[in-house]
Amino acid sequence: MKARIKVTLKNGVLDPQGKAIEHALDAMGFGGVESVRQGKYLELEIAETDEARAREVVRTMCEKLLANTVIENYDIELETA
Amino acid sequence: MKASVIVFPGSNCDRDVAVALENATGKPPTMVWHAEAQIPDSDLIVLPGGFAYGDYLRCGAMAAQSPVMKDVVRKADAGTPVLGICNGFQVLTEAGLLPGVLMRNASLLYVCRDVHLRVERTDTVYTNRYEGGQVVRVPIGHHDGNYYADQATLDRLEGENRVAFRYCGPEGETDPASNPNGSARDIAGIYNERGNVLGMMPHPERLAEAVQGGTDGKGVFDSLVEALQ
Repeated sequence: MKARIKVTLKNGVLDPQGKAIEHALDAMGFGGVESVRQGKYLELEIAETDEARAREVVRTMCEKLLANTVIENYDIELETA
Repeated sequence: MKASVIVFPGSNCDRDVAVALENATGKPPTMVWHAEAQIPDSDLIVLPGGFAYGDYLRCGAMAAQSPVMKDVVRKADAGTPVLGICNGFQVLTEAGLLPGVLMRNASLLYVCRDVHLRVERTDTVYTNRYEGGQVVRVPIGHHDGNYYADQATLDRLEGENRVAFRYCGPEGETDPASNPNGSARDIAGIYNERGNVLGMMPHPERLAEAVQGGTDGKGVFDSLVEALQ
């Protein structure tokens, strides 16, 4: 099974890298970009075939390592083969 | 005083801090590889600066999951002083021993220079050889030293007198120009609730003997000797 994980900064947490990208887009002439937030995307191939169990184990991975929940949210998508 | 220095793959200030500790205590610390399950009995544990695990994922994130960290947490909970410098501070926040997180510097630049710090407390094992409010000059060298925590956590840290050092100007004044990385409330270092765990971004071991161009950082090591010898 494939797990797709998006890790994003929580609202209110400053994102200087996103800001820099926003400024670069503006400087390149792409008008109308109101904000940019940068995050991470991870893909995991996991052996677990039960969706509920897979979601639970990936959630634990996110809580313990893949995201820092002080500043980040995570979103898990599972794709069964 | 028996000190142990934890060495992660990618640590690079472990030997510097070992020299500072040896100069202060008269004996070399024990170097403990991150894969060890047990740290020898120590009066002090140091998590040194560097780039553990290449700073991959997040600074300190994977180091915080190293086998040795279980024993660091156990010993910290039992009251053993644990000092995290720079990357060591990042590891301590990721391990949950200190609140908040060190984010990318507001300028997005790696900043490597001396800064002024105001010593906010002198009643701890780390700072008893400084004067209250003393301004010291200590180097920083980091890309991710922008201390962040939510307002409630920051208020709590201040209310409980847990800010160890603040970035300041040469006279001790705090202002945006003297804050090198955008840290909330100019925070350069914090204590845990009990005061035995200190995380700080500046490197006291880099100005701890005259040959390095200054000795303002030596106070941290002399304080530890004073308190723990």
